[in-house]
Amino acid sequence: MSTDRALTCQELTEALTDYLEGVMAPEERARFDAHLALCEGCVHYVTQMRQTVEAVHRLRVSDVEATAPDDLLAAFRAWRRGGPIPEA
Amino acid sequence: MNSDEETLAALQRGDEQVFVELVQQHQALMLRVASRYVRNRTVAEEVVQETWLGVLNGLATFEGRASLKTWIFRILTNRAITRAQREGRAVPFSSLGDDGDDEPAVDPDRFRPESDRWAGGWKSFPHPLPEDRLLERETLAMIAAAIAELPARQHTVIVMRDVEGWSAEEVCASLAISEANQRVLLHRARSKVRSCLESYLDPSPALT
Repeated sequence: MSTDRALTCQELTEALTDYLEGVMAPEERARFDAHLALCEGCVHYVTQMRQTVEAVHRLRVSDVEATAPDDLLAAFRAWRRGGPIPEA
Repeated sequence: MNSDEETLAALQRGDEQVFVELVQQHQALMLRVASRYVRNRTVAEEVVQETWLGVLNGLATFEGRASLKTWIFRILTNRAITRAQREGRAVPFSSLGDDGDDEPAVDPDRFRPESDRWAGGWKSFPHPLPEDRLLERETLAMIAAAIAELPARQHTVIVMRDVEGWSAEEVCASLAISEANQRVLLHRARSKVRSCLESYLDPSPALT
């Protein structure tokens, strides 16, 4: 990316994660902000991405059910007694 | 949840409750991650089981240089890789799957072509997503489905970062990948989920 011209909308969509992760160089960040100041479409795009991240955060990993840790408990008790743990 | 130090001290005292909590806290994600390496659910469960035994064996010598969960997931991925290799299947995480790292974040058709005076600009603007519909159960199910279809590495990274809320550093350490690599994977994953969400909730812009 050249630094002497404005960012295009398409380039902005590719740079967005770097922007949100806070790893952009200051001059790159300034170009990004300058584009956002003038482009309603990209402001909405950034909003959509923030909304996406928030929505994903509402999911629970427990869509995948946890298995009952019965035999793990047995292993833990063996370990606590200082006995051998059945190493797999 | 307790701090790592409290958890470790409790485990070393033999506190069963803390052990159960730790298992419950991580089990589901561990199963997901393991499933990405090995053939089936049963083997993935075995890998998770082996990991917990490895954790118990290593507790006495755990130095706390990594966080507890990072350490647990490193054991998990090592076991999963060993198991996958034994199955003749795979490969370290860093070379796992076909992530299509050059895939664009947004369908190029959404932008004006090279010939246009405003090349690379939106043909029609995206709109903010409707907040009320974002909360609907159907929408969450759609998001879960979109995440489920992601390639293995993108899937693992978005679940750790955005579902579980881990830091970038924790993900990198757990999966032994670079920060840049982690960011690319997160970028592809989030971009795809955003794209699915947009076409699900606001199909109009893509049609122009």
